[in-house]
Amino acid sequence: MTQALTPDGVMNGNEPPVVEPVVVEPVVVAEQPAAIAEPTEPTVQVGAAAVTEAPPTREPVRLIGGPPPGPATLVADDACAWFGTRLVLEGVDLVMPAGMVTALIGPSGCGKSTFLRMLNRMHELVPSAAFAGHIRLDGDDIYDAKIRAQDVRKRIGMVFQKPNPFPAMSIRENVLAGLKLARVKCSDKDGLVEQSLIRAGLWREVKDRLSSPGGALSGGQQQRLCIARSLAVQPNVLLMDEPCSALDPTSTGRVEETIAELRDQVTIVIVTHNMQQAQRVSDFCAFFLAGENEPGRVVEQGPTEVMFSSPVDPRTLAYVQGRFG
Amino acid sequence: MSTDVLTPAASDRQPRRIKSVSSRVDRWFDRITLSSGLFVLVLLILVGVFLLQRSRMALSESGLSFFTREGWRTDVRPPEIGVLGLLTGTVIVATIAVTFAVPLGVLSALFITEYTSARFRGYLTSMVDLLAAIPSLIFGLWGFLYLSPQMAPLSEWIAHNFGWIPIFSVDKGARYTSSMFIAGTVVALMVVPIIASVVREVFAQTPPGEKEAALALGSTRWGMIKTVVLPFGKGGIIGGSMLGLGRALGETIAVALLLPQVPEITAKILQTGGATVSGFIVLRAGADAFTTSGLMAAGLVLFLITLGTNMIASVVVSRSRSGAGVDL
Repeated sequence: MTQALTPDGVMNGNEPPVVEPVVVEPVVVAEQPAAIAEPTEPTVQVGAAAVTEAPPTREPVRLIGGPPPGPATLVADDACAWFGTRLVLEGVDLVMPAGMVTALIGPSGCGKSTFLRMLNRMHELVPSAAFAGHIRLDGDDIYDAKIRAQDVRKRIGMVFQKPNPFPAMSIRENVLAGLKLARVKCSDKDGLVEQSLIRAGLWREVKDRLSSPGGALSGGQQQRLCIARSLAVQPNVLLMDEPCSALDPTSTGRVEETIAELRDQVTIVIVTHNMQQAQRVSDFCAFFLAGENEPGRVVEQGPTEVMFSSPVDPRTLAYVQGRFG
Repeated sequence: MSTDVLTPAASDRQPRRIKSVSSRVDRWFDRITLSSGLFVLVLLILVGVFLLQRSRMALSESGLSFFTREGWRTDVRPPEIGVLGLLTGTVIVATIAVTFAVPLGVLSALFITEYTSARFRGYLTSMVDLLAAIPSLIFGLWGFLYLSPQMAPLSEWIAHNFGWIPIFSVDKGARYTSSMFIAGTVVALMVVPIIASVVREVFAQTPPGEKEAALALGSTRWGMIKTVVLPFGKGGIIGGSMLGLGRALGETIAVALLLPQVPEITAKILQTGGATVSGFIVLRAGADAFTTSGLMAAGLVLFLITLGTNMIASVVVSRSRSGAGVDL
């Protein structure tokens, strides 16, 4: 099976665009390998899944007029947030390094999602929301008066808690929706659709029905379609607000694989309530906590391993061990 | 094997009949609401029956020519009456009204739901709804005394520059007041609040998740509206427009004041002339028995047309994704 699935095997076929399962099945005579090649449950070996999903057969598709590609570092500097007169988040200093996965953990109501929404200026869409401090994307303050919110959001994409594909659009149109909305051009739209869906780990499931409506997919597929849609505009940072909380374990596994594969292409900041998930997917962790009638603060931050094995603050230890929250 | 179990033939199991015993209060409430609902339905049917009965004299006298004749003459023997001239005017005035009112209504609904702040949203909503409460007589008087003379020069300018388009052409020596163009404009103002409030309700139900998705992709607010809000509200826009059309078709007092009410088939909307079914009925009501019967027949035609328009409108709205929860 491994031989047949190597990129060389595909390349030896004829043209690069041929998708590998189609080539594989006639070649492999035995039934068993074919059955293995069609796993629906999450495979434990992320590496193996990466081989079946995304053979490195083609050059990445480039956009015209989009943000410069590649992951970027996001830095929060003394970030505070208000809703009306209520201070909900105070003095958050956090570095989200380029090409890494940073997980924001903490109990409900501690301001994780608010912080996440501040990172791509979605926070200001809420009436009465206010903000202080600085968020820097590769050094540039995204709240600078000269910078438009929509230009920030082009560079910092977002995946929401509830999958929100455009239901009237086809799968293909959903993936390409961002191009028109963000006024970015692409000469190879088919290639971009394929690349984005492969990166989101959805290509194999939908490649034969790209024109069917996006709203007809299952919840987990919809969420991966939303990830593909965000990736199509090739942002530098991808924010994920509890992307798996509405999904079953199988779909969650697929999304986690997707996160692992995206790591070197885009900086990821993920809010999660699932401690195991934070441990599995993230390189860095920040623990948010809000006292009673107090704004949320970052109690502790650091490499995920350290945060889960030997945190400094006893509250962090209690939380990551599931003893409160 | 499992399918065998599921087929009724293979099993002697029967679903239990569930009988719920409702309380006396509920039974009475059921009856009262049912009879109120039926009453409205019966009323509608009675209106139709009444119109049919009263129009029988005119219809049997004129036969099918009632539907094909343009003029309305009761001074000749036998009288020559027909609804076609009236219908033409009605449809033209309503079309002009809807043409102006739909963009205005949709844009004001968009402003209220998407652009204005939460504080002004309430004020604006009630202001638009208050527009609907202004008696149509006031609109009619205002149109007749103020707007008509004000708009006449505009009509003249259009006729002068765009007269080569058939509907903007005028006869030699025509006057520009009391035209279907002006009547349509006034009716448009009366229809705007209806369209605006239906469309606003539909727009307000746009799923916030989809709006956020568009914005998070780097869209401008207009891009988001174009991609999410307008497609979502399409059914509401169509339904609201048809509801407005229904209102425009039946509009009476304003057009009775604004048009000379001379039945004729003409598309020259800029010059004095034109008649509508309802306006004509108002001006001729109280005449001899035959004329009254003829008016009833004209009323019946209008009744059926507006009924059809409104029914199509509510079907369109309720079948659309956005309009499921909107009452018309």
